[in-house]
Amino acid sequence: MNLHEYQAKTLLTGYDVVTPRGEAVLSAVDAGRAARHLGGRVVVKAQIHAGGRGKAGGIKVVDGATEAERIARELIGAKLVTPQTGPSGRVVERLLVEEQLSIRNELYLGILIDRRLRQVVVIASAAGGMEIEQVALDSPELIYRLEVDSRLGLLDFQVRCVADAIGLTGSSAKQAASLLQGLYRAFVELDASLIEINPLVVTEVGDVIALDAKITLDDNALFRHADLMRLRDLAEEDPLETEASKYSLSYIRLDGNIGCMVNGAGLAMATMDIVKLAGGDPANFLDVGGGANAEQIRNAFRILISDDKVSAVLINIFGGILRCDVLAEGVIGAVAELDVRVPVVIRMEGTNVDEGRRLLQKSGLNFTTVNSMSEAAKQVVRLAS
Amino acid sequence: MAVLVDQDTRLLVQGLTGREGSFHARQASTYGTVVVGGVSPGKGGTSHDGLPVFNTVRAAVRETGANTSVVFVPAAFAADAVMESADAGIPLIVCVTEGIPVQDAMTALDFVERCGCRLIGPNCPGVISVGLGKVGIIPGHICLEGKVGIVSRSGTLTYEAIHQLTLLGLGQTTCIGIGGDPIVGTTFIDALKLFEEDQATEAVVLIGEIGGVAEEQAAGFIREHVSKPVVGFIAGQTAPSGRRMGHAGAIVTGGMGTAAGKMAALSSAGVAVVESPSEIGTATAQVLGRQ
Repeated sequence: MNLHEYQAKTLLTGYDVVTPRGEAVLSAVDAGRAARHLGGRVVVKAQIHAGGRGKAGGIKVVDGATEAERIARELIGAKLVTPQTGPSGRVVERLLVEEQLSIRNELYLGILIDRRLRQVVVIASAAGGMEIEQVALDSPELIYRLEVDSRLGLLDFQVRCVADAIGLTGSSAKQAASLLQGLYRAFVELDASLIEINPLVVTEVGDVIALDAKITLDDNALFRHADLMRLRDLAEEDPLETEASKYSLSYIRLDGNIGCMVNGAGLAMATMDIVKLAGGDPANFLDVGGGANAEQIRNAFRILISDDKVSAVLINIFGGILRCDVLAEGVIGAVAELDVRVPVVIRMEGTNVDEGRRLLQKSGLNFTTVNSMSEAAKQVVRLAS
Repeated sequence: MAVLVDQDTRLLVQGLTGREGSFHARQASTYGTVVVGGVSPGKGGTSHDGLPVFNTVRAAVRETGANTSVVFVPAAFAADAVMESADAGIPLIVCVTEGIPVQDAMTALDFVERCGCRLIGPNCPGVISVGLGKVGIIPGHICLEGKVGIVSRSGTLTYEAIHQLTLLGLGQTTCIGIGGDPIVGTTFIDALKLFEEDQATEAVVLIGEIGGVAEEQAAGFIREHVSKPVVGFIAGQTAPSGRRMGHAGAIVTGGMGTAAGKMAALSSAGVAVVESPSEIGTATAQVLGRQ
């Protein structure tokens, strides 16, 4: 789960991470009031779950309350398109109004899990404000990596080394050390999978401040963080994806016209691949899970076809735990109940496959049943065009 | 011959009295695996489906001589269950449970390794040694005894590969699902080592997916250390970046972990990489035919 910048900053403040003074607002009038309260020049920042906001016009520096209110009026309700939002963009609902700092330099700090090392790593760089992946590619010597022994945590000397590596000395180094310790504590306590401060800035007077903050939480750990679950912003999610998650279905909307319903994430990805190889375009990724029941299959089918781009459906199920007769019942129920007009191609294999096939045949509904993945892909691409 | 699981496997089921645990304990037993009991804290001293239930893994090991455990307990308690088995000295622990927090998985894996045990998973279908026994949830009836080893990050896609091989009359030695999470106990490299050493295995099918660098590392290992032919498939060739495809580990970020990069790495290591998942079986027939 991703958090908004304003949410991340509020959380991090509780871990001794210094952030600019500011306020999150939902209206232009409040933006003006916040700016007046802060005084002087302020920064108005669109709160969406995507990077690249600055270039897309989502971050503006303005002089005073009147100007802040005018810019806020333009931004709220506007659609921001950045490289990370996809072509459809995101509608801005909330703004963060912050004091403008006089910045001496911009640095980078990140904490994440290194899958290869199976460890938490700290990434730091003196080249802040840029895409860190790009920096890592172009000038790897500017990246400092620190592997954390989770049994010991971040050690003081390690933190001093990080500050030194990104060129901080004196009071700035001390502030950065305390900030990094705070970030690490937050990472562990919040069950984060990523915390990124880009840029971390040093002001003209030498203060070290998190100018931006990005936190991604581990979805699997949310069960023990009821307070964090409240920070989920449904407006940032596709409504069909939200609906699917209610039934423990993993659904992701894509751009094509072939609806796919599969059990298992790997097989679902492989099904998308084979549809593409057959010349088609998948409309979605949909994993109904290993142990789906007839009810879940019905819901999955309903969600799948409520995307009006879908002109044919491919169901590919390898029944291990999920029995083919249960699948067949679910699909038959859904098709009958929902008055499905688009062609449905079904490929199923595994436990009770003969009974499943018999049920489909007996239903009198218009299914195309096939025996292999490649045949299924060919058929559904033909029927969709 | 087979790897990890064989006729000497004595299986303990953690979470035996739950729905999944009881179902799969029965399936494993029907397949011929020696299931010696289960652990369900608070239910020790009772029996379930004719199997003794214990409060702790230590007690179960003492009474039954269990040497393998399979974990079906809910995600919030699964890491603890894994560590309990490691502490009791069980050398092979298979964690089927899905949805374990990644920091818990790291802690558990660290502990398991310090105990000198092996963890497979989490979020995996487990291991089946065809004709000998199974630990996990891979359906036995789709398998055929033979000489192909399978290692995969996926569940049902593994079944698909097994099915294709079986239809072509190509049997399997052992099939290992290593799991779809970012942090897993047993890697492709660990499995490849086992298959390379196993005399009965003559070819290996490796099924990867987008996200992480496990396939790239496997490619490096294959180039240096694997003499047997390997067939590879990577799921998620058409997945958009930045979106997590079901598995917690299946995500392309910042250009890392793409299918194209993994396929190229495997190809350059001499792996027969197929573009279409439907070609896994025929490609395996080909590499075996060339021998």
